[in-house]
Amino acid sequence: MSSPVSYWILNSARNSIATLQGGRHLYSRCVSSRNKSKRTLFSWASNTLRNNAPCGDFALPKAYRHTWTEEDDLHLQLSPEQVNEVLRAGESAHKILDPVSGAPSSVLRFESNQLAANSPVEDRRGVASCLQTNGLMFGVFDGHGGHACAQAVSERLFYYVAVSLMSQQTLEQMEEAMESMKPMLPILQWLKHPGDSIYKDVTSVHLDHLRVYWQELLDLHMEMGLNIKEALMYSFQRLDSDISLEIQAPLEDEMTRNLSLQVAFSGATACVAHVDGVHLHVANAGDCRAILGVQEDNGMWSCLPLTCDHNAWNQAELSRLKREHPESEDRTIVMDDRLLGILMPCRAFGDVQLKWSKELQRSVLERGFDTEALNIYQFTPQHYYTPPYLTAEPEITYHRLRPQDKFLVLASDGLWDILDNEDVVRLVVEHLSEAGRHKPDLAQRPANLGLMQNLLLQRKAQGLHVADQNAATRLIRHAIGSNEYGEMDPERLTAMLTLPEDLARMYRDDITVTVVYFNSDSIDAYDKRG
Amino acid sequence: MFYRLLSVVQRQRTSRGWQNWPSARSGASAAEAHSVALPAQAQVVICGGGIMGTSVAYHLSKMGWKDIVLLEQGRLAAGSTRFCAGIISTARHLGIEQKMADYSNKLYQQLEQETGIQTGVQIYDRTSVVHVMIKKGEVTGVETDKGQIECQYFVNCAGQWAYELGLSNEEPISIPLHACEHFYLLTRPLETPLQSNTPNIVDADGRIYIRNWQGGILSGGFEKTPKPIFTEGKNQLEIHNLQEDWDHFEPLLSSLLRRMPDLETLEIMKLVNCPETFTPDMRCIMGESPVVKGYFVLAGMNSAGLSFGGGAGRYLAEWMVHGYPSENVWELDLKRFGALQSSRTFLRHRVMEVMPLLYELKVPRWDFQTGRQLRTSPLYDRLDAQGARWMEKHGFERPKYFVPPDKDLLALEQSKTFYKPDWFDIVESEVKCCKEAVCVIDMSSFTKFEITSTGDQALESLQYLFSNDLDVPVGHIVHTGMLNEGGGYENDCSIARLNKRSFFMISPTDQQVHSWAWLKKHMQLDSNLLLEDVTWKYTALNLIGPRAVDVLSELSYAPITPDHFPSLFCKEMSVGYANGIRVMSMTHTGEPGFMLYIPIEYALHVYNEVMSVGQKYGIRNAGYYALRSLRIEKFFAFWGQDLNTLTTPLECGRESRVKFEKGLDFIGRDALLQQRQNGVYKRLAMFVLDDHDTDLDLWPWWGEPIYRNGLYAGKTTSSAYSYTLERHVCLGFVHNFSEDTGEEQVVTADFINRGEYEIDIAGQRFQAKARLYPVASLYTHKRRKEDVELSDLHGK
Repeated sequence: MSSPVSYWILNSARNSIATLQGGRHLYSRCVSSRNKSKRTLFSWASNTLRNNAPCGDFALPKAYRHTWTEEDDLHLQLSPEQVNEVLRAGESAHKILDPVSGAPSSVLRFESNQLAANSPVEDRRGVASCLQTNGLMFGVFDGHGGHACAQAVSERLFYYVAVSLMSQQTLEQMEEAMESMKPMLPILQWLKHPGDSIYKDVTSVHLDHLRVYWQELLDLHMEMGLNIKEALMYSFQRLDSDISLEIQAPLEDEMTRNLSLQVAFSGATACVAHVDGVHLHVANAGDCRAILGVQEDNGMWSCLPLTCDHNAWNQAELSRLKREHPESEDRTIVMDDRLLGILMPCRAFGDVQLKWSKELQRSVLERGFDTEALNIYQFTPQHYYTPPYLTAEPEITYHRLRPQDKFLVLASDGLWDILDNEDVVRLVVEHLSEAGRHKPDLAQRPANLGLMQNLLLQRKAQGLHVADQNAATRLIRHAIGSNEYGEMDPERLTAMLTLPEDLARMYRDDITVTVVYFNSDSIDAYDKRG
Repeated sequence: MFYRLLSVVQRQRTSRGWQNWPSARSGASAAEAHSVALPAQAQVVICGGGIMGTSVAYHLSKMGWKDIVLLEQGRLAAGSTRFCAGIISTARHLGIEQKMADYSNKLYQQLEQETGIQTGVQIYDRTSVVHVMIKKGEVTGVETDKGQIECQYFVNCAGQWAYELGLSNEEPISIPLHACEHFYLLTRPLETPLQSNTPNIVDADGRIYIRNWQGGILSGGFEKTPKPIFTEGKNQLEIHNLQEDWDHFEPLLSSLLRRMPDLETLEIMKLVNCPETFTPDMRCIMGESPVVKGYFVLAGMNSAGLSFGGGAGRYLAEWMVHGYPSENVWELDLKRFGALQSSRTFLRHRVMEVMPLLYELKVPRWDFQTGRQLRTSPLYDRLDAQGARWMEKHGFERPKYFVPPDKDLLALEQSKTFYKPDWFDIVESEVKCCKEAVCVIDMSSFTKFEITSTGDQALESLQYLFSNDLDVPVGHIVHTGMLNEGGGYENDCSIARLNKRSFFMISPTDQQVHSWAWLKKHMQLDSNLLLEDVTWKYTALNLIGPRAVDVLSELSYAPITPDHFPSLFCKEMSVGYANGIRVMSMTHTGEPGFMLYIPIEYALHVYNEVMSVGQKYGIRNAGYYALRSLRIEKFFAFWGQDLNTLTTPLECGRESRVKFEKGLDFIGRDALLQQRQNGVYKRLAMFVLDDHDTDLDLWPWWGEPIYRNGLYAGKTTSSAYSYTLERHVCLGFVHNFSEDTGEEQVVTADFINRGEYEIDIAGQRFQAKARLYPVASLYTHKRRKEDVELSDLHGK
């Protein structure tokens, strides 16, 4: 329904806010009228839209929503409490419990938040622990052309990874359970924000495909399962190919068919971190980013990027694209810093418009889908000669965690567009030390009880004692509230949060941030054990 | 204190410089603990090297047990024992806590002399218990991170980790406690350093305590907004984050400086954050698990670990060695709780209410506001809509009284009082209605068991377990005690003989776990003898009053005259459309009426029928406060309030409920026979206050001293205002302390009758008449002529 500016800008509309705005308006009207007329047929689809929009609803409660009109009250002011309420609605935080026996986990906790610009939000996030193998997975998924693909990837990808890591024996148990219709071993434990869209438990079609995947893994006869790197690599590609194949195969059920179409014809970039003890793997496809905050022995902080953005500014990606396609396309493969002049990331899930042959696209769509009603972007890019142009193959980084690695930040490009890596590390470090502001060292804090009381009463009056508890919130607050000098500007923050739904996307993208804190002690202990 | 206890246990050198708390820290590392391999077996394994664990170990070894292993996951005394503020207070408002504190205080003084005792305690630090191994409901050993130890007894003294440790077994054990962060401040010495004899100060209004610490002060408190911690279990993050939170401490600091403004210039040294453990009812937890034999617990000290450590350790050691402690500790017994109090959410919410209460005035009949509406009767909503005000017992909501629509009660805060409470008139009208017409009280919370056998096994085992004769004709109800070896009441219940082979047992609400465990332990349960907890299956309605019989006969079309349905009788009959209602001619109050045990699906139907038919007889709802007034004025003692494990039937005039003459053996028989021979040393009596002004004087609640001829003779156990006698009535035990030696002497009926009594309420003594039997006039409830006429009037 909403067209994410950075990706699907049409040539004619690009750079022209006025046109775009008008277009959007027109478009939403069309959608609503169509939905009315075809309610029965598409009631489910519109339901998913609603169901999948809680973050949007959370972040911009109805009271603050505005539809753009000239005379509209633009001076609506949010109180600081309301600002906090809006910013904190998407917060989630989990502490990782120590196992009853064995070493404490290398992850202490994670904090996450999400702020929507699109309506509904197109970013997704996921955190889950693998129950049959060790390890925690964190993912950020940035959808474009709708949220369907991001939703599907966020629901399904971790299952593929978890299954890839399973030993032959576990897979056999899974297969046996399926065969005899017995309850399966639990695969994942999700750690969700209550507002995160309800992850549908692997629906039967999805489960069937997952099963085909593990059956193939079983046929490989590898006792220990894949290593993490292979697992991530195969899972990304396998899921993308399943997404693509699901809609090519004849599907009986209209609901599943419509959904599969929406998934395949929208897209999502993905960045997934897998942490098991000191072993950190990051798989990335697209322009989400993961960085490590590192504190050196001398106390200085630095940033260690763990991913490369896959976009037109990445020379390696440009060379790859040129290598994969004939020389004749060198000029057209990336235009206006976009893949075929259309897409900013050059790796992504879904987006079959950039993967399938024209013939295939036509033959699938000719099977009688109402593409408009399904919000499918149907087009053929210019200079479309040698598909596929787009891949979901991830780039994988391995990093062995050291005691000086303190935290990991995963975020969608909505954050990185505004803040650079160093800013982000600085803000998280500030957050950490601020959390420790309750504990000023002896040299700095008031020496006697009276002065301390004065200070505390002052802090109370200023409301300083209730700072952001969540580092992700702090990052989002700064991302949208910092002025051109990088200073926090409360007015700007309020203005950004009160933008009408239709305008919000002009000024900011969906932002999703997950900050993972490591337990240096247990990493140290792990190191010493060898 | 702790280090003294420890040093005695460990046979270490005399406590060189360990007398005072701060230097004790260096002592901790100096205390050489074993780092060698664990023994393969031991008699007792104690988990937790804090004050509780060491106190239990000390007392066990003093009682002669030699084979004891104490495990500590970190270092000895590393938990709240190490960081606690070190205040030993002996001012407690509750009896058993007072006794523990007194004993601890004496013990700590005595420990200074006691050194070099040979003990059998081996201590291993840096050893954590993974779980306890259990076979067939008995402890068989302990799995630690350093290997296994076979053992017979396990003692969980794991403090704030006791809850998690309890759940880690294959058969989880519910130990309901939860930690909150607790802060105290340390300062540098005053200009003129405080002397060590500076008294400790508690400013309850300011929620703070202050004591001398190395010439400076140590001051902490119990704030209004506690920070619960470790709700999800142990995690490194929260342990890491246990840091000073000055912003949180501000209200306590401000109240310190308000009380003692001159301390303003005192230099700060440190703000210590040391989590303390709290329980759902602010009382500690001790005793044996109801599900696993040999699994003992001592934890949940509600910030008074040091004060109670000695006494609590002793009681638990006695419990393990002798099978029961020398004092009645029911109020602290783990079995007062069940799995139902074990939800993390419940505990988190409840301790946030409990911790601030520590420094608040504890008023009588206080109800917790958190963790409510867990267990309810099917009639809950219906009763609530009619103005019911609720109290909670063992998680069950019970109506206290019903506020009429036109009446307003005081707000919660204003209703706190030791004087005449605001519900006085409401309860009065409910009592009147019970006396003159009929009331209905929802009493579904009572614990209900069914005991059934294929042959005579049920009768035989119950005859051994209960003191009264249960070999009665089918349909009869027997009031009987379930006694321990000492003849004391483990439970006081009513048992109905449903048929030759099955019995229905009704006990107080909080007996659900304790009674179950006791029966399980003493009965040979197999496929021929079944014990079932049917508490949840029945809704119980108590129809109290002279017109109850009319309501019931109209609803059942069955003759309910005393000839057909004598007192203490049980019949299954139909009530309204519902069949199979268990009707019992008893009301737990001595008033005429019936208890209806209704399968829950019929509850609403029967209630509706009773209310609509009852209308013409003037029926109304009533609550437990009315019931209480009715029973106490008739000298009905209640288990848990008046009766406990150390009171026998002979001490409360219930010899007639003991089957001495039957020639049958039962638990406690020998003790009772001996007592019958020698006489009793205390006797339950009823006191009617004479010159007490209900409106203006402080009310008796319980625990008031009883004076006989000017000498202290005991304490009241419960009291109520009797609307019929228009006097306060107290129940309490009278002792006969020798004037010369203070020794207890035999108490005879004559001794009771010949005394002049006074009850001391907050320092003011009121004359009281002691009675050994209830006031006879209360029992004359013949139906008067005008009643009949009145009912005719209503009928029209």
